[in-house]
Amino acid sequence: MASIELHSVGKSYGDHPVLEGVDLNIDDGEFIVLVGPSGCGKSTLLRMIAGLEDITSGTLAIDGQRVNDLKPKDRDIAMVFQSYALYPHMSVAENMSYSLRLRRKSKEVIDAAVGSASQKLGLDPYLARRPKALSGGQRQRVAMGRAIVRKPKAFLFDEPLSNLDARLREQMRAEIKRMHAELGATSVYVTHDQIEAMTLASRIVAMNAGSVQQIGSPLELYDRPANLFVAGFIGSPGMNFLEGRLSQSNGVSEIVLSNGIQVSLGRHVARADGEMVTLGIRPEHVVAASSGTGVEAQVELVEPTGLGVILHLVVHGESFKLFSTDRMLMQAQGAIHVTLPQSRLHVFDKDGVRISEDDV
Amino acid sequence: MTGKLIGTIAHRGAILVYIAFALFPLFWLLKVSVTPNDLLYSEGVRLWPSRSTFDHYHFVIENSAFPTFFKNSLIVASSTAFAVTVFSSLAGYALSRFRFRGKYVIIALMLITQMFPLVMLVAPIFKMLSPLGLTNSLTGLVIVYTAFNVPFATFLMQSFFDGIPKDLEEAAMIDGASRFTAFRQIILPLTLPGIAATLGFVFTAAWSELLFALMLISGNASATFPVGLLTFVSKFSVDFGQMMAAGVMALIPACLFFLLIQRYLVQGLTAGAVKG
Repeated sequence: MASIELHSVGKSYGDHPVLEGVDLNIDDGEFIVLVGPSGCGKSTLLRMIAGLEDITSGTLAIDGQRVNDLKPKDRDIAMVFQSYALYPHMSVAENMSYSLRLRRKSKEVIDAAVGSASQKLGLDPYLARRPKALSGGQRQRVAMGRAIVRKPKAFLFDEPLSNLDARLREQMRAEIKRMHAELGATSVYVTHDQIEAMTLASRIVAMNAGSVQQIGSPLELYDRPANLFVAGFIGSPGMNFLEGRLSQSNGVSEIVLSNGIQVSLGRHVARADGEMVTLGIRPEHVVAASSGTGVEAQVELVEPTGLGVILHLVVHGESFKLFSTDRMLMQAQGAIHVTLPQSRLHVFDKDGVRISEDDV
Repeated sequence: MTGKLIGTIAHRGAILVYIAFALFPLFWLLKVSVTPNDLLYSEGVRLWPSRSTFDHYHFVIENSAFPTFFKNSLIVASSTAFAVTVFSSLAGYALSRFRFRGKYVIIALMLITQMFPLVMLVAPIFKMLSPLGLTNSLTGLVIVYTAFNVPFATFLMQSFFDGIPKDLEEAAMIDGASRFTAFRQIILPLTLPGIAATLGFVFTAAWSELLFALMLISGNASATFPVGLLTFVSKFSVDFGQMMAAGVMALIPACLFFLLIQRYLVQGLTAGAVKG
């Protein structure tokens, strides 16, 4: 196993930059998830770590050694592709043993490695089959098996679950997590699915438009998103954003929303009086209150999810969502009262950057 | 139900008519080759002569230079097929996978070479090969045929490589293969249908080429069989029986060759490689 360090790593095609100054230290045994919308550069970054894309600028080191110019075969990393990329003319066993055969390992070593991997992945009955005779989930397992037989320095995953149906995806997600706990292998995992990112990662790297937006544990990103992009990307249903103006009085800041409603932050925010800000609150943190408290909101739409209910609300022309596991709300209609708990409010400045709670 | 049946019958019927049309000349070739000379003009148009003979075959094998022509053709056609397949698979792979300076210039040049009628090139090519001692030699023919077939075969191979997902060789390279090993062990086996098609196409083209063989070769020693067929045409008569017998025998290697490669031509080898 190994650590991976990226120092201001960049990539451009001609004059067109696709990745800018990525700094990231991945510790031995960490599970890093690169997450972001399509085209944000996360797959390119992964392929640069693998050696499949050239690095235009910066340094990539594996175990403290610069590997910028090392060929993929010499980096000793394994990768699971979105398409699985199984060799169609080889059996499952041959697919899994290909890397070991290239390294001229003895037959005993190969058989033992393939045997233990196939047992771990439940592939024993399929070892003699060709990939085309396997289901999607089984192919996915073979791709994982091919990676683990080698005991590489690190595992790279390029959206490995996105071709599976929802149920299988959930199952494989747990399996990947279990495997990581068992093998303790340094892993870099690319996905656009924030649930996968939240559930698997020891640290998430949120990316957008070729640059890193925030690096942190899943809960850090959820509780303290660094900017509007991360706030909006992490969490489902997405965070509510309400625009307004900061108003300072007696050391306590208030936000006056565009519809005139005043939301007290209960603390002082060190920004100029009258500055444009964005108020953020997650739907699950909006509280349905008894009448007489909070503000009155019109119920526009009710979306039951089984686990709970998503209400689409409008307050004086400003729409936002509420998520609750309270089934009584499923009958909600007309008007309800809601409050926005101060401890759950996020404030972003006019550039979309989080105004930190400590920023006094 | 009956509609479907009628459709099937019409479909098969149409195919049958086409096959009959396509194979009739071959049948005629066979028929004339076994017709004794005295019956050829005397019996009128018949589907099969009243008396058949293998005399023409005996004569061609024993008394003509045809075995030499045959051997020469086999050497030229298989060497050309082999050389073209090697060059075009490497070049096709490069065109399919790499971005390099001048790539589109090369593609354009290759296309341009396909635009001229070959007759125009006979004289210059003769002029080029003659000082090199490559006229009247099988090597010269192989070089010329290879040069003419490589561009088309390269485009053919490129389209087969395009059909193979890039992920496969990337996976192989991460597994520890060099690019060439990945090409040899992963990509080439999956391109067998393409290789078979290229081999078949080039082999038949070289096997039946007449123009350059006629212009570059003089004398029987290095003549190929299409040139050899012309020896059955004399100033005053054409010996159809012997010519057709030679023609039938010339079909054999081409048929064998296609029998050999046909299973690769129809195989969908990439099934199951990636999602789908």
